[in-house]
Amino acid sequence: MRSWVGRRLPRLEDPTILRGLGNYVADVAVDAKLFATFIRSPIAAGKLKQASAPEGVQCYFARDIIAQPIRPVLNRPDYVAVEMPILAFDDIRFAGEPIAVVLASTQAESEDLAELVDFDIDVLAPVLDTQSASASGTRPVHDVDFPSDVNVVINSNIKTPNFDEVFAAADVVVEVEVISHRQSAMPLETRGSVASFDPRTGRTTLTTSTQMPHIVQLGICESLGIPVSELRVIAPDVGGAFGGKMSLAREDVALVALARKLRTSIAWIETRSENFLSSWHSREQVYRVEGAFKDGYLTALKADILADVGAYSCYPVTFGVEPLMAMAELPGPYNFAEYSVRSRAVITNKCPIAPYRGVSRPVQTLAMERLIETAAREMNMDPWELRDRNLIHEFPYRSPSGLVVDPGSYRESLRLAKKLSNVEEFRDRQVKAREQGKWIGMGISSFSERTGYGTPAFAARGMGITPGFERVSMKMDSSGGVELRIGASPHGQGLTTALAQLVADQLKIDPGDIRVIHGDTDSTPFGWGTFASRSMVICGGATQLAANDMRDQILNVAGAMLEISPRDLILEDGEVRVVGSPVSVPIAEIARTAYLSSHLLPEGSAGLYSTGEYDPAGTFSDACHVVEVEVDIETGGVEIVKYLVVEDAGILINPAIVDGQIHGGVAQGIANALYEELVYDSQGNLLSTTFLDYLPPTMAEIPHIDIHHLETHTDASLTGAKGVGEGGTIGAPAAILNAITDALSPFGISINEMPATPSRLRDKIRTAQEVMQ
Amino acid sequence: MSNPRESITLNVNGSNYDIDVEPRRSLADALREDCHLTGTRLGCEHGVCGACTVLMNDDPVRACLVLAVQAQGQAVRTVEGLSVGSEPLHPVQQAFWEHHALQCGFCTAGFLMLATSIVESDNVPTDQELTDVLASNLCRCTGYQNIKKAVCSAIEATRK
Repeated sequence: MRSWVGRRLPRLEDPTILRGLGNYVADVAVDAKLFATFIRSPIAAGKLKQASAPEGVQCYFARDIIAQPIRPVLNRPDYVAVEMPILAFDDIRFAGEPIAVVLASTQAESEDLAELVDFDIDVLAPVLDTQSASASGTRPVHDVDFPSDVNVVINSNIKTPNFDEVFAAADVVVEVEVISHRQSAMPLETRGSVASFDPRTGRTTLTTSTQMPHIVQLGICESLGIPVSELRVIAPDVGGAFGGKMSLAREDVALVALARKLRTSIAWIETRSENFLSSWHSREQVYRVEGAFKDGYLTALKADILADVGAYSCYPVTFGVEPLMAMAELPGPYNFAEYSVRSRAVITNKCPIAPYRGVSRPVQTLAMERLIETAAREMNMDPWELRDRNLIHEFPYRSPSGLVVDPGSYRESLRLAKKLSNVEEFRDRQVKAREQGKWIGMGISSFSERTGYGTPAFAARGMGITPGFERVSMKMDSSGGVELRIGASPHGQGLTTALAQLVADQLKIDPGDIRVIHGDTDSTPFGWGTFASRSMVICGGATQLAANDMRDQILNVAGAMLEISPRDLILEDGEVRVVGSPVSVPIAEIARTAYLSSHLLPEGSAGLYSTGEYDPAGTFSDACHVVEVEVDIETGGVEIVKYLVVEDAGILINPAIVDGQIHGGVAQGIANALYEELVYDSQGNLLSTTFLDYLPPTMAEIPHIDIHHLETHTDASLTGAKGVGEGGTIGAPAAILNAITDALSPFGISINEMPATPSRLRDKIRTAQEVMQ
Repeated sequence: MSNPRESITLNVNGSNYDIDVEPRRSLADALREDCHLTGTRLGCEHGVCGACTVLMNDDPVRACLVLAVQAQGQAVRTVEGLSVGSEPLHPVQQAFWEHHALQCGFCTAGFLMLATSIVESDNVPTDQELTDVLASNLCRCTGYQNIKKAVCSAIEATRK
């Protein structure tokens, strides 16, 4: 029978959602007794002097909630731990920070009453950029000791032993600075939670839109000082997350504390403006890179990475997540030995950062790909050739930052992308287009995507709590149905379907007979959740192990039933067959025997249960994106004309799901490259708080994306699948900014800042035109 | 603090719902909380994302920008009305399923209703017209490619 793995199986999750029967947190909230409105500071920096509510308004302040502040830790000397109180009680550190929470019996009423709460803040001058924040004499955002400059909370270095010598021996040194402005993960469903106290058991259930229910449970219980057993966390259907729902929300701690205190149920559904103001931001980074080239080979890289991480540290991954990932992974797909890097995080009076799809890699790929492109121009080399020469091609490859890269197809994907891009034909068209006053350009981006990494990678970062492994438990019931309980927490990735395909192949049953249970701390094994392109690799590997064990158990029971060695049995088409004989037993009958006639079986084989645990070091996907754009030099508008992705994510369990991840990832990368930006004014007020100011692309802005797959087999992943959740987002900005730079090359300008908005492009074009005149 | 309410009847998916609402209550909130039809979702509540799109007299509207009282006497259709109970999926739902046109599913009801209005209209849209209409709604997961494919296929399927 044809295997299930590799098929574009329509998702098992979908019919429920398509019928409008999805169960998102706002649907659970409908039945809550009380509805919360958080009152948020309109001031970026200051001291809260007093706050009070009129009689009859059920309002709670910091003093009413007994909880420890959220204080995630990295065990490294350069990390400065800071505390995030559940509600602000003294220091106000960003506009949007919660000060109080009002409860009422309807949402509308709680919003009305929140208007009546009075508070007084002594305003301080906010610290809003990394330069002024770290200048000596600047007021610290937190009153803690800073081992280096004020407000610098990560200050980390790597320098390989022969760096100075090799850097000095270069023929050419090329320098590039890239800038990324603030962005938001912006899932279409905002955050939201319902905390419900059960007087019967004394336990509280938090239903919350999260990527990591077990970690939310841990974080809240640590803050409240209660045993983990007193809180159940459920992730219902989650309306997108992209990293934006993998950090502990202070609002959730407040809701659980109040639900316990008032012995009731309380719902909070974030508004869109709140989501922009106070959910997590990301990507505000500047990279200065200097590449040393000798004979057309990159030999050494010097880099200075600076991240504006906002006012607090996100739990559990901390505000080290962007600068430390950038430091480790900046070398990307390129083969060179010498590396000197400094990477810093600076706190400011802005919304804190947390992971967003790709984390630092869209920006670090932009830095490397702009560097390669700039070097090709300076050295008068073909940029395809320069990449081809310098891409890694012998495996396992050890990067200058110490990462071990498993086999991939870096050169092959570049070469296929080049072939598919008809470069010669494009250059002819470009010349003709320019004659007609049309400015078209082609841009390339080659990159690696580190995925599926377990505890070793997080331990290397020094995380106080170290994520990584995944566990699953599997049961075959007495009628032969399979129940798979996972610690991962999918929220749109189609993991239920993909895991069912894996299990179906191992147990020779139909994917529809496999039920995947996730997102409930009461009924799933402890796991770290779904993030960092990890679930198919890690949870998938654990599932494969559990399924292998289950297969052996089925064969053993069948062996006992038939009085034949399990070695002479095989699973096929829903039954166990005796090799070389017509004798067979349906799996359902074996399962029935395992439970209901276990006295016939050897001791210890009653029931059919297995588990799997997997904690891999990680595996790298790779890809090459090629983009064609047309720039309108009068308006600064950019149209994407063609988009090609050549991707190697190893074995594809469900190619339709993989393509969907790439489509969506590229769309977010296009958003990063051209449209989306969170803008603060000079007082630290966020200006982009609606979809009229923050511009996620619509169908009109996203081109057709042409995808080609290569399939390198790796033993770094048990199933052979590599992660693919972030690649689209990682590769797109670099390819697009390279394409815009190519389109505008007659003006001699480089586009190194994203988003490359019409006003930024017009500024560059106008300046160039003035110089040319 | 309770405001005066009005008794109204909403006709949704062919059934009448007698509800009491504040005049300021949006159609979306009334559908979700008063009629217990939670399939319609709210992504922004300021009329941009389109997740709450429903049909009113067969025209797509943002349920967050229509007041419940304004919907009285109008025929409202929501995702729950596309295929009921154990009925097979509506051709638009079927096309979304086959073409993997949803991931997290939060925008899906809005896109399904928008697509239904296109499929039911007498005009066969050009590719550009289709993009223009479907660009009314936001999706954060799919990159839109499969949504467009699904809608094209649903148009074809219903015209056979």
